[in-house]
Amino acid sequence: PKVPKVPTWEAVLEEQLPPADLVDKLERLALVDFRTKQGLACLEKAVRFAGQLHAVDTSGVEPMDSVLEDALHLRGDAVTEGDCAEELLGLAERTVEEYFVAPPNIPLPTREERSAMLKHSEF
Amino acid sequence: MAASCVVASELLQNTKQISMFFPKTSRFIRRISTSNLQCDKQHQLKTNSASQQLVGVVGLEIHAQINSNTKLFSGSPVRFSAPPNSLVSFLDASLPGTLPVLNRRCVEAAVMTGLALNCTINKKSLFDRKHYFYADLPAGYQITQQRRPIAVDGTLTYSFLSGKKRSQVIRKHVHVKQIQLEQDSGKSLHDDVRSQTLIDLNRAGVGLMELVMEPDMNCGEEAAAAVRELQLILQALGTCQGNMSEGQLRVDANVSVHRPGEPLGIRTEVKNLNSIRYLARAIDYEIQRQIGVVQRGETVQNETRAYDSKSGETVPMRDKEGLQDYRFMPEPNLPPLIVYEDDASLPSGIDPGQAVVVQEIKEGLPELPSVRRERLVQTYGLLPEHSFTLVNEDGLMEYFEEVMKGTRREPRKVIGWVTNELLGQLKQRDLSVSQSPISPAALAELLELQETGHISSSIAKQVYQEMWNSPGKTAAQTIQEQDLGLVSDVAQLHSICQKVVDSHPDEVCAIRSGNTKVLNKLMGLVQKETKGRADPVLVMDILKQKTS
Repeated sequence: PKVPKVPTWEAVLEEQLPPADLVDKLERLALVDFRTKQGLACLEKAVRFAGQLHAVDTSGVEPMDSVLEDALHLRGDAVTEGDCAEELLGLAERTVEEYFVAPPNIPLPTREERSAMLKHSEF
Repeated sequence: MAASCVVASELLQNTKQISMFFPKTSRFIRRISTSNLQCDKQHQLKTNSASQQLVGVVGLEIHAQINSNTKLFSGSPVRFSAPPNSLVSFLDASLPGTLPVLNRRCVEAAVMTGLALNCTINKKSLFDRKHYFYADLPAGYQITQQRRPIAVDGTLTYSFLSGKKRSQVIRKHVHVKQIQLEQDSGKSLHDDVRSQTLIDLNRAGVGLMELVMEPDMNCGEEAAAAVRELQLILQALGTCQGNMSEGQLRVDANVSVHRPGEPLGIRTEVKNLNSIRYLARAIDYEIQRQIGVVQRGETVQNETRAYDSKSGETVPMRDKEGLQDYRFMPEPNLPPLIVYEDDASLPSGIDPGQAVVVQEIKEGLPELPSVRRERLVQTYGLLPEHSFTLVNEDGLMEYFEEVMKGTRREPRKVIGWVTNELLGQLKQRDLSVSQSPISPAALAELLELQETGHISSSIAKQVYQEMWNSPGKTAAQTIQEQDLGLVSDVAQLHSICQKVVDSHPDEVCAIRSGNTKVLNKLMGLVQKETKGRADPVLVMDILKQKTS
């Protein structure tokens, strides 16, 4: 049988946990703040849970990346939509003369800066 | 060896200074310095295996906007300028509940381009999501083809003119690693004053073909020639209009330096290149800059740099925090894209509108630039460098063929007029062929007059100048007004020649004693008398008679 009947994972050692700078990088890429040691522990559990997939032997099996069974539909090159600027701009909180407004790309502040900012917040 | 490298960078410094004081000559000087110092020298050095010179290595990543009516995955229009956010559908704005639907025309365009570049077309290709956060990417990811693109493993063959007279056609190849279909992002306008970014999604979702090339090139001139050839191919196919200044063709250059035989050096990415000329300059500057860095013992930073056309330098761009992790994942909303080899391999009962057949597309390919050049050489007996110039300049080939229709003069004698006289004047005045004040018919008329013996070649050049100065007048009018017609009246010529012979007894002696070259001097004097209108053949005969 390919799937073992009893869990075969072992506890992950401290050294094997993702290093702090890797966590920083993940936080910046996903714009998620793991914030506390509890958050990190949660991340570790999630990674370990997903790691169970490695226990399954998938050699020779093509990964399935879509549940779609129909062939890809090809569309003709005629204009059928667009021209709804008003409707779309109406969804945005801030617009300037028919442009959407986005704050400039500021990278996520470092952990120290964030702690300083959130010192007085309830979280 | 190190010394000549220093000389090279010093020379670049000097040319920069010269170009500061004499701005018009800068273009000229820079062209000479790049072509002579960079490519030729580097090629010489490459063959000498004992050499320790640093050479540049250039790889290009090209994004070509697909010439289609609608976007890649939505039915909104593709147009260059339109009111902001007026060409945006719900999918392009990435509103929840929308799904991508692939545009057939984009698939055909990718297959056509792949075939023109001798690629292998993957019958089954896949779509992926590439994640990164940026305000002009509303979904937070771009749909692209990272795992299995639609075309792989091709070759772009390009040429450029080299040598002292730019008469040698050098042919090179670049390996095309892959061609993939992907979405374009929107446009962001940075308002630093109010610290905000304005987003226009008109361009978001437009189909792009990303062409990834191997780092087979060594300098700006090669890269520029390769991009020019690609532009011509894409324009001939109609898959991309190739206008770099409008952003239809975007080129990023990966530049590094190393010693031949050693592993490749750290590369920098040069972006913001919106013309072929800037591309060549930026690459050459970057190569020189990196050589300088390495020679000072420092390390080249792996960074993104932008080209500043005013200073001619590359400057670091927004820092990218080291390597990005795009977290590629398969696009779950799109099944694999299947294209069929030929009609025989079509599954039964399939709707023809749903089947892209490679064989059909192959048979429908238009004439590619390389084939066109060959045809010109075959049809008109031109030299390769001439047909290269004809195809390289927009509209010049058509101009030449029009002229040929209007005159019986040999193509080889006409080509010089088109590639030197006409093109030279156009370039000086910064005009395109379509803006030429002299029409093909007018030039043909002038050449026909020369061919039929009405005017001499030197007069033809004079009349040509006049045609530029007064565009309304035809050649025939000018000839009549200024009485420039060829003098073939034998009696008149005899008397003029006699006059010249009589007034130059020393020269006549020299000729009689065997120095026939002096005949040319007498010929020159006769031409001066007749203001260049004498029939040279007749005059030569008469002079020979009189001095024998």
